[in-house]
Amino acid sequence: MKQHFRKTLIGFGIAVIGYILLSVLINSKMLNDFYIRILMMIGINIILATALNLVIGFTGQLVLGFAGFMSVGAYMSAVLTMKLHMPFIPALVLGGAMASVFGLLVGVPTLRLKGDYLAITTLGFGEIIRVLIVNIDYLGGPRGLPAIPKYTTYTWVYIICVLSVLVIYYIIHSSHGRAMISVREDEIASESMGINTTYAKISAFIVAAFFAGIAGGLYGHFLMFIDPKSFDWLKSFEIVTFVVAGGMGSLTGSILSAGALTLLPEILRLFGFSKYRMLMYAILLLILMLFRPQGLMGSKELSLKVFKNLGFKKAGGEK
Amino acid sequence: MSLIQQLINGLAQGSVYALIAVGYTMVYGIIRLINFAHADIYMMGAFIGYFAVTVFHVPFLPALLLAMIGCAILGMTIEKIAYKPLRKSPRIVLLITAMAMSLILEHGMATVVVGPNPRPFPELFKINIIHLGPVQINNVQIINLSVAIILVLILQYIVYKTKTGKAMRATSYDMEAAQLMGININNIVSITFAIGSSLAGAAGVLVGMMYPRIDPYMGMMPGLKAFIAAVLGGIGVLPGAMFGGILIGLCETFTKAYLSTKLSDAIVFSLLIIILIFKPAGLLGKPTREKV
Repeated sequence: MKQHFRKTLIGFGIAVIGYILLSVLINSKMLNDFYIRILMMIGINIILATALNLVIGFTGQLVLGFAGFMSVGAYMSAVLTMKLHMPFIPALVLGGAMASVFGLLVGVPTLRLKGDYLAITTLGFGEIIRVLIVNIDYLGGPRGLPAIPKYTTYTWVYIICVLSVLVIYYIIHSSHGRAMISVREDEIASESMGINTTYAKISAFIVAAFFAGIAGGLYGHFLMFIDPKSFDWLKSFEIVTFVVAGGMGSLTGSILSAGALTLLPEILRLFGFSKYRMLMYAILLLILMLFRPQGLMGSKELSLKVFKNLGFKKAGGEK
Repeated sequence: MSLIQQLINGLAQGSVYALIAVGYTMVYGIIRLINFAHADIYMMGAFIGYFAVTVFHVPFLPALLLAMIGCAILGMTIEKIAYKPLRKSPRIVLLITAMAMSLILEHGMATVVVGPNPRPFPELFKINIIHLGPVQINNVQIINLSVAIILVLILQYIVYKTKTGKAMRATSYDMEAAQLMGININNIVSITFAIGSSLAGAAGVLVGMMYPRIDPYMGMMPGLKAFIAAVLGGIGVLPGAMFGGILIGLCETFTKAYLSTKLSDAIVFSLLIIILIFKPAGLLGKPTREKV
């Protein structure tokens, strides 16, 4: 525990320094609105990617309908702030809670299934949530919900992003997390060791759905407009792509790939590939998967040890 | 409209789903991959048919054959480029490459080849409506149904009566054992992709005749539903895919006619989930025992 505490302190230090750097850059107008928007999108995607990594990477359950939970959170919190005039943060938390209730409802019947069947059922559930929202007039139906107040600031995205990564880090390194990892490694063996595998799977699912809901709330209050179409199965697939491209079971991998893959289309746009950017994105993704199927980081974590080792080598060289 | 009328419409719709679903199920049966690019192969089939008719002015049958051959080559190429190098990787990686392949086909068509706007599919037959008492059938529906039935019969013959079919079944049963028995796995996987893709290509042309508007994104929804049909029938089981396709087609037409047009997609998905919860291996699938 002590070791984790030190790591947390280091992480916190880096996060605070990063935040100060970011606000200096933004306040001195070095980063214009376009870049701030991209940075906020990256933050939201990092929350989604790390949350889904808890389910796919650490618990080993292939879940495809993740955008459904995001839409539940987005709609819930948007309704709370717009129609009930609630403050932002409680609305976000309630949106996340609602998403985890849905996570429980979806998880209890489906997590008995395995592998591809689980993937398909969750995909189906994601689509059902979407079709239901299309048919609810109170939520704007297919036209979506316009004029959501813009409460999401880069500070909130930053804080929530750091907190969610931290919470997931602590879950993975707790006994619950070890139970989840054992389910991934071998479900039957871990069951015979006395681990309640259903509980481990469903708890991972609920936590992930909670953060997906929060990310959805941030997303809605950031774009000021949500419609059911933005949470279809392509969105779900985008999040799965972040997890797989970063490396399943690597939190830093998820963070890196969510950043890189969110930036990539924008970079392609800057270089004048605006029309072909989805095509280029798909081709680059295919190449990445063909040459590095385990993802950018594999199941390793990027840590300060890398720098430490470099430092020692240098020191050794000077001797 | 009468019940029998809906039954016929559902059968026409379902036979198309069945043709696409067979491709999903064959590929899944052999390399355990949900081939998301399959829906786009179906789209490519529609476009090959479109160009065969508008540019080369060929009649229906050659256009259908061209679409089938073109799609078979496309399917084999995709397998060689994107799936073969990853056969030993975790399956989720294959799933991502399949999705990337699907995006490449869609956006490649929409930005480079034909543009994103829908195009009218040329009329190959003058639509004649035949009245049988209270029931109306048009000749396109009859052609679609009979083409689908003929193709499915040919497929049955290939899979259950020929040597290649035997090799395919052996490979899907146990890839390594089949290899030890001297079956060339790579060829068999290629043939599987070719057959599955050619059926999807045929489905593309048939749908183009029924709903004469084609665009690069037309594969998404039918692809998803055909896939659900494959799972419903028990993925990896050939008759299951056909049965599932017909069932989904009927279910969709009936919910549209009697329950709700808007909710029909949600009802189809719910049907899938309910069946999977009570019969996790699909309707015709055999339950697998866990081994330690």
